[in-house]
Amino acid sequence: MSLIKTQGGFITRDRGRQPDAYTPDYKTSVKRSPSAALLSFPSSISEETAPMFGHGMLGELDNDLIHNYAAAGESAIGPRIIVHGRVLDENGNGIPNTLVEFWQANAGGRYRHKKESYLAPLDPNFGGCGRTITGEDGSYEFRTVQPGPYPWPNRMNDWRPAHIHFSLFGHGFAQRLITQMYFEGDPHIKLCPIVGVLKSQEAVDALTAPLDMNRTVPMDSRAYKFDMVLRGRRQTYFENRKEGM
Amino acid sequence: MTQPLDYLKESPSQTAGPYVHIGCVPNFAGIKMYDGDLGASMKTGPVQGQEITIKGHVYDGTGTPLRDAMIEIWQPDAAGLFASANETRGTADPNFTGFGRTAGDMDTGEFTFETVKPGAVPWPDGRMQAPHITFWIVARGINIGLHTRMYFEDESDANATDPILTRMEHQNRVPTLLATKTADGVYTFDIHLQGPQETVFFDM
Repeated sequence: MSLIKTQGGFITRDRGRQPDAYTPDYKTSVKRSPSAALLSFPSSISEETAPMFGHGMLGELDNDLIHNYAAAGESAIGPRIIVHGRVLDENGNGIPNTLVEFWQANAGGRYRHKKESYLAPLDPNFGGCGRTITGEDGSYEFRTVQPGPYPWPNRMNDWRPAHIHFSLFGHGFAQRLITQMYFEGDPHIKLCPIVGVLKSQEAVDALTAPLDMNRTVPMDSRAYKFDMVLRGRRQTYFENRKEGM
Repeated sequence: MTQPLDYLKESPSQTAGPYVHIGCVPNFAGIKMYDGDLGASMKTGPVQGQEITIKGHVYDGTGTPLRDAMIEIWQPDAAGLFASANETRGTADPNFTGFGRTAGDMDTGEFTFETVKPGAVPWPDGRMQAPHITFWIVARGINIGLHTRMYFEDESDANATDPILTRMEHQNRVPTLLATKTADGVYTFDIHLQGPQETVFFDM
């Protein structure tokens, strides 16, 4: 028998590490959480394929939030940072050529959105979104300003820690994931009910990016490193038995 | 003690929040970017097969439609082929992306997809699945994206032998996965996050 590694279906999602749907301290979840058990089935080709987006669709400034909404010759206000890291699967392999989208509040904690009412001002040179596609080793990078913390309506005095939202595709729709990146040392992390839906300190740590002095640009930008992990597929050197149910 | 298993763990999910539109459909949110929103159009030219419209709402447990959700769909073309690098069975319709993304209407919450009726695709054991479209729903208050499937009410023969629909313990919940044909080429598919009509959500 030749040793040819074959890919099986997706490894079962570890729901014990993912947040529950019903998390009453995050009030909006109460009426938006399914109460029946999820229906478990192995993945099929519907979940093992995904839309693929080519590097050709990217504009030159898509991964530069300091400039991608700014008037010519101007730039967004706030602490200049680089966010970089890798998108990996659970087997430790980098996921190449996958779309990574990100969005955030400006340096004052204000989003550019018509349903946003925080009194902090908009920055006319900051839109708040960007995107990139990972390289062959799963690496990605973008430039932005560090977002500010902001208050939100939940209990009477809840504040979000500074964070950046991420949307990830992978190579199978079963890998689709949206998450948030927090910043090392932010005292709001332990107070936030949305961070609080995470079930362990280890899960919080997995979403907290450390300052990465090695990747700073001296006299220009600091850097934070943030790796993300998507589901992996079962791998075997043995021929798979057909997966019936 | 044993050797540690050195697998990585999937990153924990966090809610997409109320401003998911800024990142995923910025033009919808009024931020002119990227020459248009990703997934806004699933057709890039004349497509093969039957063109259909899917309309629906996402309702919370009180029956109120969500007006801040983002809904994505992923499906094969009319011949059952995916426009994906992982598709090894053939080449999908070059004018059909298979991927749709919308925020729904900001006032009513109604979502609309202009797509094609998907062909059937196989189950891992080789049996054919009934034609279906994968749905993925995120919003404020949803901690991890909800995955479900839309099947077609008017595919009763295929549905009657589908490996998933026939294996569901609560057969009275199957209708929550069926789109209703409301006019020629028009289907309605409402999603209920909670309550007596709660949609079946998957862990696949």
